[in-house]
Amino acid sequence: MAEKWKTGLLGWIDARFPLSQMWNEHLAEYYAPKNFNFWYYFGSLALLVLVMQIVTGIWLTMNYKPDALLAFNSVEYIMRDVNWGWLIRYMHSTGASFFFIVVYLHMFRALLYGSYKKPRELIWIFGMIIYVCLMAEAFMGYLLPWGQMSYWGAQVIISLFGAIPGIGEALALWIRGDYVISDVTLNRFFAFHVIAVPIILLALVVMHILALHEVGSNNPDGVEIKKNKGPDGHPVDGIPFHPYYTVKDIVGVIVFLILFCIAVFFTPELGGYFLEHDNFVPADPLKTPEHIKPLWYFTPFYAVLRAVPDKFLGVVAMGAAIVLLFFLPWLDRSPVKSIRYRGTSYKLALVVFIISFIALGYLGGEPATPLLTNFARVFSILYFAFFAALLIIPIFEKTKPVPDRVTS
Amino acid sequence: MKKRLLSLLLMLAPTLALSAAGGVHLDKANIDPDNQQSLQRGARLFVNYCLSCHAAALMRYERMGHDLGISEPVVAENLMFTGGRVGELMTVATDPDDAVEWFGTVPPDLSVIARSRGVDWLYTYLRSFYKDGSRVTGVNNLVFPDVGMPFALWELQGWQKPIITTVRDPDGTERKVVELELEEPGLLSPKEYDRAVRDLVNFLDYMAEPGKHERRALGVKVIMFLLVFLVVAYLMKKEFWKDVH
Repeated sequence: MAEKWKTGLLGWIDARFPLSQMWNEHLAEYYAPKNFNFWYYFGSLALLVLVMQIVTGIWLTMNYKPDALLAFNSVEYIMRDVNWGWLIRYMHSTGASFFFIVVYLHMFRALLYGSYKKPRELIWIFGMIIYVCLMAEAFMGYLLPWGQMSYWGAQVIISLFGAIPGIGEALALWIRGDYVISDVTLNRFFAFHVIAVPIILLALVVMHILALHEVGSNNPDGVEIKKNKGPDGHPVDGIPFHPYYTVKDIVGVIVFLILFCIAVFFTPELGGYFLEHDNFVPADPLKTPEHIKPLWYFTPFYAVLRAVPDKFLGVVAMGAAIVLLFFLPWLDRSPVKSIRYRGTSYKLALVVFIISFIALGYLGGEPATPLLTNFARVFSILYFAFFAALLIIPIFEKTKPVPDRVTS
Repeated sequence: MKKRLLSLLLMLAPTLALSAAGGVHLDKANIDPDNQQSLQRGARLFVNYCLSCHAAALMRYERMGHDLGISEPVVAENLMFTGGRVGELMTVATDPDDAVEWFGTVPPDLSVIARSRGVDWLYTYLRSFYKDGSRVTGVNNLVFPDVGMPFALWELQGWQKPIITTVRDPDGTERKVVELELEEPGLLSPKEYDRAVRDLVNFLDYMAEPGKHERRALGVKVIMFLLVFLVVAYLMKKEFWKDVH
């Protein structure tokens, strides 16, 4: 096959750039386990959403004005006067929420099947850095429409840096570039949102995929398919990513797009979850909204923050809730990867962890009444208990035997 | 029934500050965005009663006329009081400094008010003004206590007065209940007034997102295409995966 192309345009390119080689390494001859299930759609979907956010973002930038006096109206100008502006804007705003939906499901998959375990620790680390960058990207992007919630959300989150002893206030001032969120902050957030963070994100995504293709994909059984190679040198339980998974992922992409389009075309605000009602009021530094809350994808961590009575310790707890995830490959020492062959104790711990995360997500979006704060405390403790449980569980866990080959 | 609802409203009024948050009961606006006549009536009410103080500076007269089926000459003649061209934005001539002197604040721009407040809030708010001698404007509002806005629609609704009664709950606690009662009728009957407010809110909702109709219409087509595409893609996947065992 490759011989045929030695001449011609591709031959000319291949002599100068490893085009065919890259195509083969990452698609046509990248052998992926044949038993991928539902949870394995979200990697390619995350890539799709990333591309969509970048493309719609470029077009939004053509008409958006990063200026405290013009920003709010320029977004409405896009919604009303720019051809297809409403569609581009809704794709971008809905895309942000769908990015987090996809990424959370993608991360949950790693917890289900132990995808972060040796030899895939770096894939997980790169992925976690992507997640943190994505949070920064979403946070800074949310300031740009310059609505009340943009403004006060940013005010609250940046003031958290002020809780750090000693350097806190100076640090918060340095981030804002002003004593309050202002035009200066808007301009620098714009710069980070459209240039700095996307470049880092793209680089990290490349590293994430390169690391994955170096060691090969995990699968729902958590067995290493590279241990069983056929006479042709390819894993017997592997199939070339292209065409098998490209055609399969197209089906996933369309199902995803149907859900995405239902949101974009019929409920772009999703009752205030994707676009908050208060954000249709222009930012007013003199008028604090009654109930400041971050968008839904930050609320689990916001709930942890509010659950701790001390502000600084709250910031530490919130940071720890994210940082601990980085250490999963070393916290979970069980040699068995997939939940299919792990004991009841791990299954139970994971269920409690997920329930805690969702409950914290709900609580973080509600006003902090004494009752709800107590609930947030309980679920915060359960959230952190998961990491302690990972250390202890393998000591007494009764795992099932892991098969040599993938089951279909 | 409506009186009881309003009394419930006032009972809860002190617990809420400035926004629609909290447990305030709001009447359902039941607007019909497809009813072009309702939108046209709402537009007329808006330019007559609201646009003299509130701007809608994100909206163009031309777009409004186009979407609501009103020809440009009619828009220019009947809906534009400030002169100018139909392609212009629906701004307001009031000087912001004057506005602060008159109302204590600049009346908010109403272009996207339906998206921040919600249609039910607006519908209830515009029907909940009542006489209150302690206020500079002479009126107060159940949904928006101590609102700075005078009751601009008074000639249509007339004047409502509050009737405060004390009731005792089954558990023995006493609370004040305020009901609104029409004291002086306006030009419209209560039923006609509700309809007028519904038309106005319908227009505000349209103005908050003029492209909503187009969005939904396009959405149906896009999703139908994707469903067909899904069948084709699924069949293709099945064909390719025949040789995977």
